[in-house]
Formats: sequence, C-alpha cells, structure tokens
Amino acid sequence: MIRVENLSKKIGETKILDSINFEINDGEILGFLGPNGAGKTTTMKIITGFWTPSSGNIFVNDMNVIDNSLEIRDKLGYLPETVPLYDEMKVYEYLKFIAEIRSVAPEKVKESIKTVINSCGLEKVIKKPIEELSKGYRQRVGLAQAIIHEPDILVLDEPTTGLDPNQIIEIRNLIKEIGKNKTVIFSTHILSEVQATCDRIIIIKNGQITGQGTPAELTQRAGGQEMIYVKIKGPQAIIKNILEQINVIESIIEKDREADDIFGYEIKPRAGIDVREYIANTAMQNNWSILEFSKKSASMEDVFRELTK
Amino acid sequence: MCLENLLNNMNKQYLQKINVLFKKELMSYFNSPIAYIFIAVFLIVLNWLFFNSFFIIGQADMRNYFILLPWMFLFLVPAITMRSWAEEKRSGTIEFLLTLPINDWQAVLGKFLAALAFLAITLILTLSIPYAISTLGNIDAGPIIGSYVGAIFMGAAYLALGLFISSLTKNQIIAFVMAVAISFIFFFIGNDFIVSTAPQSLAPFLKFLGIGSHFDNIARGVIDTKDIIYYISFIWLFLWLNKEIVALRK
Repeated sequence: MIRVENLSKKIGETKILDSINFEINDGEILGFLGPNGAGKTTTMKIITGFWTPSSGNIFVNDMNVIDNSLEIRDKLGYLPETVPLYDEMKVYEYLKFIAEIRSVAPEKVKESIKTVINSCGLEKVIKKPIEELSKGYRQRVGLAQAIIHEPDILVLDEPTTGLDPNQIIEIRNLIKEIGKNKTVIFSTHILSEVQATCDRIIIIKNGQITGQGTPAELTQRAGGQEMIYVKIKGPQAIIKNILEQINVIESIIEKDREADDIFGYEIKPRAGIDVREYIANTAMQNNWSILEFSKKSASMEDVFRELTK
Repeated sequence: MCLENLLNNMNKQYLQKINVLFKKELMSYFNSPIAYIFIAVFLIVLNWLFFNSFFIIGQADMRNYFILLPWMFLFLVPAITMRSWAEEKRSGTIEFLLTLPINDWQAVLGKFLAALAFLAITLILTLSIPYAISTLGNIDAGPIIGSYVGAIFMGAAYLALGLFISSLTKNQIIAFVMAVAISFIFFFIGNDFIVSTAPQSLAPFLKFLGIGSHFDNIARGVIDTKDIIYYISFIWLFLWLNKEIVALRK
C-alpha cells in the first residue's frame, strides 16, 4: 500500500504540490489526471525517490521514501515521461544491464529478458541500437525496463503520449495485463484512457487534489444525469416549443442541424424519469420522423472540466 | 555469524552494483566513435611530439615523455569525463539512473572506475614507446614504472575533477572547456615558475596543491606517501563533491 501524507513540494518560491493526501491499495490501477503542470509528474518523482519532498511523507508498505529509498526503489518500476533511455546501447544490452543492476539473480537474467521481450513485443528490435527505434518501440522498451524485475509497484508517467491510436491501445492493454497483479500508478491527460483502464482516479490541479473515486463515482458527481439526444425531421419552428411542453423534460437545447428540416436536440429529463416514450409519442402525434435516438451519460470530459476549472 | 553473513552479502551486492554500472559505462565509451578518435589522436600527437625530439637528443630515455604526459592529460582526461554526467542530464537518463536501486556513491564510483579503466587502457597502448626504446638501448625500468604509477594517480585526480565538473552542467562542451581550464590551474599552481614568483609564505602551499609537482616526484622514481596521500585526498574530495551535486537534484 502507498500512503501519501501532507505531501508538499516547493521549487524556489513556486508551490508545486500543496499538502496532498491519498492512498493507493495493493493491486489497484490508479489514474492520475490533471492539466499540464498540475503536479502529477512531481508526485511520481517523489514516490520513485528522484526528488525529495519539501514536507510531508510517502509510505510504501509502511516504509518511508526518504529513509528507505533504496528498498522501495527495489520494489518499484518507473517509466519517466520523456522515456530517457541509453540511446547508444542495443535493446538486449540495455535490458541485460537493467536486469543486472536491479539484482535479478544471474541464472534468471536471460529468462526475465525473454519474458519482457515477449510481453512488450520487442522480438524484432532486440539487436537494434535504441537510438534507431520508433517512438512506439522506445515506449515499449521503457515499459520493458520497468517490469523486468517484477516490481510490486509500477509508476508510469504519461505512458501513451506521442503514440498512434493502435499503439495506445496496445500499451493500454499491456498496462491492464500487468495491472492484474501489480499496483500501477499512471498519469495521463487522455480522458478516455483513465476511463478504460483505471480502478480509481485522482484528479489533481494546481498541486491539490480536487477529486477522487472510481470512474463511475466521478461521472456521477459531475452532473450524474443522463441526457437524451434525438434527431427529428419535421417543422423546426415548432418542434422545440411542443417538446418543451412535455412536463417531464427539464430543458432542451438545439444541438445541430443536418438539413433545413432535420435538427438534433439535447434533452435533459427530470431526474429519474425515462422520457424516451414521451418524446416518441409526441413525435408520432405530430407526424415527425425520429431519425436518431441516443442516451448520453456525463463523460469523463465533463468531470475533468468540472474539477479542474 | 548470521550477521556477518548478512553484512558479507550486503557488501557483495553493493560492489556487484558498482561493477554492473562500471561495465555499462565502460561499454558506452567504446560504443561511441569519439573514444577511438580521442585515443588515436592522443597516441599520434604524443608519439609525434616525443619522437620528434627523441632522435635529436639521441638518448634511450623517457624523461621528456613524462614531461609531455601531464600536458596531454590536460586534454585527454576532460575529453573522457565531459560526457559522463552532462549527457545523462541532457538526455534525462539521470532521472532513470538515480531511481535505480543504487545510492549516489555507487553511481559516482561506477562512473569514476569506468573512466579510470578507459584511461588505463589508453596508457597501456602507450607502452609501445618504452618497448621501442628498449630495443634501441638500455633503459632504466625503475623510473618508467614509477612514472606510469604516477600517471595513473595523476590521471585519476584529473578524472575526479572532470567528473565533478561534468555533473555541474548539461552541456558536454562546457564540461570539457571548464575541466581543461580548472585542471590547468591545478596543474600550473605547483609549477616552479609560479611557486618562485609567489609570496614566500604561499610558496610551499602552492607547491603542495599543484597536481604537477606531485607527479614530478613520482616520475623521478621517488614514491613518497605524501604524494600518494595528496592524490587520494584530491580524488576523494572531488568524488565527494560530485556525489553532493548529484544528491542536490531538487
């Protein structure tokens, strides 16, 4: 378990982290969400022992990051945001170096290199110098070095930035796979990513935590309500007025326009009432055609905007 | 007994990690073409300067060679060390290196020993000179061996200084130029010319501080504990400063 207590970090006069508190349970995938410069990277740098806190503490399995930095680093795999790798080394050489310096038993070094080459899909590049790798492969090598010693905790700083959509999905699946039996902390500003991968989310802004919870909890908090989207073909001038008269509808907004007589509306129902039937009936009575009908719940995007405003 | 085993194990692991880092650092020297170029230039210039006067004097003697060596080191050693920390800082790998389960001393020592090994390899390649001379006439082996020992100590002192300077900047070129300049100051302050023009009270102090004057003693074939202690303290001081700078990372 990781326990962060009143963690603050000042660099010069700027407060980067302002007394934050949170916990991460074993086996959890925790998403760190926040705008650029919110303090995500700083928190990670302190957990991994690269920086020291100005005040406050982080405990990893009840060990303090300042006094027991080396023991904690042993249990930890870290992928920094910029994916710094030794460019002049070949992939295999590099992984061997990591395995050795991370004290993987000599007889197990080969095996563990093989395992990460498999799980990160590095078969094609093992003999290449790292400087010749594409961004996607660099990222995978970065991930491979972070898991080669089978750490309990994995700290990944924006592991999917700069990747193409296919690579993002690959890396994301890899994180999920690894996260099955490890604690994973990763930061991102891609919202769909946290929704797809995380058990729990912490939203951080200006060095302070502004929200935390499961993705479902957070979306509920940020409005929680469903919206109905409907596209209707009919006389635009009166549709809105007539719909507004349905007393289970709280508000209605004209969202988009496809043709002169085809418009999309976003409808917010009174809490807890399914308004679809009312809308369908009204449309039928007035001889309008419903072309599209969908339900929209508040997205992570809304949560993010709400909590980082 | 049990504790002893534990301590033994811990020590072994401690050294093991330095060794892994040492191997990686040494390999990275030879992975880059710069290393070969520097070795080649060093050997060519050194041989050329030395043999230029050697045949004019016509004596099977290496004294001039060991007068040249400290000057050559002024450029060779900063070239070895300039990359060491500066490049890690520039490329960001320092964040990765210092979050490995190694402490700052291990990182500093791994780099220092690798640089020292690289310098030693370069010096071994210069052994062709005493070999060539020994085929031309009788040479006195004592001072030559002493001079090589002295060269290693002097080189190690420059290396420690150069590594420290490299840890202060992200820029290899700045690291190189600064290391040359500061090494030169340390080399020069013990020089007879400086010492004789300095105020009486300062003279012995300057002579003690200069890297070159200690080398002269050893090169003469006199291995004095005073000189050895000087070099070891010098090396230790700058490795310690290096470690402190590394620990200052924010």
